[in-house]
Amino acid sequence: MLRHLARRAAGFAVTFLLISVLVFCMMEIVPGDPASAMLGTSATSETLAALRAQMGLDAPALVRYLRWLGGLASGNLGVSYTYGVPVGGLILERLAVTLPLTGLAVLLAVGIALPLGVTAASRPGGVADGVATLYAQAGIAVPNFWIGLLLIMVVALGLGWLPAGGFPGWGEPVAAFRALLLPALALAIPQSAVLTRVTRASVVEVMNEDFVRTARAKGASVSRALWRHAVPNALVPVITMLGLQISFLIGGAVLVENVFTLPGMGRLAWQALAQRDLIVIQNVVMVFATIVIVVNLGVDLLYTVVDPRLRRRA
Amino acid sequence: MTALALRLRRGWRPGSAALLVGGVLTACLVGIALTSLVWTPEDPTRMRILQKLRGPLVSGWLGTDHLGRDVASMLMRGAFNSLTTAFAAVGLGAVLGTLAGVAAAAGPTFDAMLMRICDALFALPPILSAIMLGALLGPGALTAIVAIGVFMIPVFARVTRGAAMQIWAREYIMAARMAGKGTARITLEHVLPNIAGQVIVQVTIQLAMAILTEAGLSFLGLGLPPPAPTWGRMLAESQTYLTQAPHLALAPGLAIAAAVLGLNLLGDGLAARLDPRRRQAS
Repeated sequence: MLRHLARRAAGFAVTFLLISVLVFCMMEIVPGDPASAMLGTSATSETLAALRAQMGLDAPALVRYLRWLGGLASGNLGVSYTYGVPVGGLILERLAVTLPLTGLAVLLAVGIALPLGVTAASRPGGVADGVATLYAQAGIAVPNFWIGLLLIMVVALGLGWLPAGGFPGWGEPVAAFRALLLPALALAIPQSAVLTRVTRASVVEVMNEDFVRTARAKGASVSRALWRHAVPNALVPVITMLGLQISFLIGGAVLVENVFTLPGMGRLAWQALAQRDLIVIQNVVMVFATIVIVVNLGVDLLYTVVDPRLRRRA
Repeated sequence: MTALALRLRRGWRPGSAALLVGGVLTACLVGIALTSLVWTPEDPTRMRILQKLRGPLVSGWLGTDHLGRDVASMLMRGAFNSLTTAFAAVGLGAVLGTLAGVAAAAGPTFDAMLMRICDALFALPPILSAIMLGALLGPGALTAIVAIGVFMIPVFARVTRGAAMQIWAREYIMAARMAGKGTARITLEHVLPNIAGQVIVQVTIQLAMAILTEAGLSFLGLGLPPPAPTWGRMLAESQTYLTQAPHLALAPGLAIAAAVLGLNLLGDGLAARLDPRRRQAS
């Protein structure tokens, strides 16, 4: 078990370093100098050199890379060129919107997919199965930002039940939660479609296993055999898919935050591109990529909790 | 049972329904995209400000947008723009990913290294890569193609690596080795032809993914620049007129959904026919 953990942690470290090199190199070759972008064209060469030295831009690339890595570990990510505030604080502020948004989306997706997929699997070929298959095909095909627009059109503007956009801040928790509901639903629907498909397939497979048949032979009802015996054993592929989907969820968050004008990380990255605030882009991308690999590491460790057979194998 | 019903039943193999519906939808998409090169009801970039925000059938089949452009014509040309970006991106991902996957399967030297690089690439969602590339190259088709294509390299690498490893374990590969064939020749003559089916299935599924992602990038302004119509930008522009002209948000969204649904179904149908694992399962 410990060896498995150590191996996974080493894999995580290597992936993290590779991404950081990739992100750093890409930002290095972007034309234009941050110091001249801040000072404008009228700056003298002396002022420019002084600012470059102050920002540490005169150091060799390797030194700057190592400084940035150190900054990532300590949270000192430099100062945003446009906002004039520390990037670390800016990211933390925005994460307070993006993390609850994606967390809520995952909860909604699982909340929709698990009952729908399991009900479909309980009677393959039945009505529920047909509905689930239709939902899965349609849900995968629709873009989350379009679902967002439709939800704004119907639920927010048409029925007036929830706000169409904006975020009041966590000082007003109920209003903040209401502001996140529609964007989270827009993110959750395509995810739940994928999960419904995987849940159904996995539960159908497990329902044909000997131990489920034995449970039925010993008098367990269909629903007990399903929920007590089949579902827990069918969860590994569902969790795997959930881990793989995190990358799409983060990409989706960038879009949905823009539809609902939520001040999250995705919107920050998009605005930073418009303002060519390279230091913000570099760090936001790195934080997002780290979230993806941390979630995948977490999913890998979760297998051993969900499935004792994997714990022994590990 | 009549002879015709029997013949139909015998010919109705796994995935037939998906293949049929997906094939028809995809053929329509490609047909519309190609037709838009020679004919559209109106010039998709022509602005008629006096006829702005007209509803479907009032002006043109699907109405006009906020600049008086014909929505149906924009959708048609958007299909072409969307498909070309998706094809180029998937082509990039498929070629590089298959090369990486086959190389990883052929020898342990590359395997660990390539798979780590794939893990790293997979952790960068295409929208984030596009934001970085946008800073480097500026928004445009190239940014969209590279961002989507790079994200697809690990997908193809993983699929082809797994499939190629199974082929390398076969006896006929051992026989080929005994006959004195080298790794490169075995890969070209035996491995690649045997995994081609799975690559084709993956290309179809990833095309659907690429269309969705391209729409997202265009929505953010990171795709083809104006005035070229794209489905994503049409949706972005519709945001201001949701109550006034809901058809502007409905038409491009439905077009994206139909295109993605068609390609997904086609992929499922092809997988049932071509992918040996799924063929056995069904």
